[in-house]
Amino acid sequence: MNNFNNILETIHMIERDKLDIRTITMGISLLDCCDTNGEIARQKIYKKITTLAKDLVKVGEEIEEKYGIPIINKRISVTPISIVAQACDDKNYVAFAQTLDAAAKAVGVNFIGGFSALVQKGYTKGDQILIESIPKALAVTDRVCSSINVGSTKAGINMNAVRDLGRIIKETAALTKDQESIGCAKLVVFANAVNDNPFMAGAFHGVTEAECVIHVGISGPGVVKVALEQVKGQPFDVVAETIKKTAFKITRVGQLVANEASEKLGVPFGIIDLSLAPTPAVGDSVARILEEIGLEACGCHGTTAALAMLNDAVKKGGVMASSHVGGLSGAFVPVSEDEGMIAAVKMGALTIDKLEAMTCVCSVGLDMIAIPGDTPASTISAIIADEAAIGVINNKTTGVRIIPVIGKSLGEEAEFGGLLGTGPIMKVSPFSSEAFIARGGRIPAPIHSFKN
Amino acid sequence: MNAYVSVMGMDKKGIIKEVATVLSNNGVNILDINQTIVRGCFTMVMFVDLSELTTDLAGLKAELSVPANAMNLRIKVQHDAIFSAMHTL
Repeated sequence: MNNFNNILETIHMIERDKLDIRTITMGISLLDCCDTNGEIARQKIYKKITTLAKDLVKVGEEIEEKYGIPIINKRISVTPISIVAQACDDKNYVAFAQTLDAAAKAVGVNFIGGFSALVQKGYTKGDQILIESIPKALAVTDRVCSSINVGSTKAGINMNAVRDLGRIIKETAALTKDQESIGCAKLVVFANAVNDNPFMAGAFHGVTEAECVIHVGISGPGVVKVALEQVKGQPFDVVAETIKKTAFKITRVGQLVANEASEKLGVPFGIIDLSLAPTPAVGDSVARILEEIGLEACGCHGTTAALAMLNDAVKKGGVMASSHVGGLSGAFVPVSEDEGMIAAVKMGALTIDKLEAMTCVCSVGLDMIAIPGDTPASTISAIIADEAAIGVINNKTTGVRIIPVIGKSLGEEAEFGGLLGTGPIMKVSPFSSEAFIARGGRIPAPIHSFKN
Repeated sequence: MNAYVSVMGMDKKGIIKEVATVLSNNGVNILDINQTIVRGCFTMVMFVDLSELTTDLAGLKAELSVPANAMNLRIKVQHDAIFSAMHTL
């Protein structure tokens, strides 16, 4: 029998501190579904997804039952559709999104990611068609997520794509204006996107990945917060060590679930993404961890340092607990999905500028930020450019998931529902970036990218 | 397969008897028991062998929900691997 106190600790983590497995994501390659006839390609895609993932939800539920730990989401990521679809002559790819949506519904997963394009160095024919298809694709589907990679440390930043995506985000918002512009919550613009991310909305199955793999994303902000409550007032050495130990424990559970899912589905294990992913529920917040470290409110001076230490300690603790770590791994800061961040924005402690600084040291970027619906497209593009620059120069992943909520302005909030939460409308700079964005072209790769 | 049955709630007479009866009726062998009461709060962890379980895991949980509801307890059944994974190298 295991130590009595250890058993109780595990039970408390799950019951009281909301430890869960955030997602089991099956990555599926669609490279063999290309066809010169779009309709045939879509039939192949539907058949492949519904065959490989037919037991995904059932297996997830069996594992939940066996170990008594919630597995919140079962999801699918696929090869970027711009690559798969461009063999055909279709002039828009909305029908491909509808096929993904139908396949996701058929197997019972709540999101499918991969309506994506990787355009950091330029557009192919398919990339351009896909990007122009995004607004309609996200408006007519429920479960499809889209992501575009516009920059990388090796390639620099594609400023034409940055310019276009400001407009695309506005169009997506307009087409879903009856639902708080929710289409934009399913669209991420990345720099240095990773090929094995299991988290939505940015998941896609990179072309260098295997045929079919299982990735697992863990969570557990509440567990870290409770652990830190036991070391109040102690030096940062102790804080970092406490976070490491906690991250180790929760990652071990993720590895156990990943191994089991991989074995039951007969699909190789890919990676564990050891991220602290908050939800709008009380007790499941990354902001509250930062406040437990000693900040009066998330966003005050010291927040960036606290987040940097948290992000690093989570990685260090988790790395030894898993055979393969990947994805984004670190701490997420999605504003509308984090109860503490929502509160911090409402009290004026957390601004978009501070969030930008935080994204220099956390694992993703400006995430789930609601802004006024009348924000110009060029301002959105400029926000993307700033985030991409942070990622490209610092050799890390950054992303922007921003929602210009049509019809809403400062002082109001957007209710996205479920795990997407509630977004208070945040202030953006009133000064114009129009001429900056109008230039287009490419920002060259930084000097430190030349390592060969 | 070995598992842990954990029982938590306010202390009262007959908790162990009721839980053990359900386990016994379903072919579950109790290998070890650890129990404590702190300020009236009852906590028990049983290490059990499920190899001769006569129902499935969901069925056992459903049967345990009867004493759980009657005595206002929280009862969980979890495979032992989750505890070993988290606490041993």
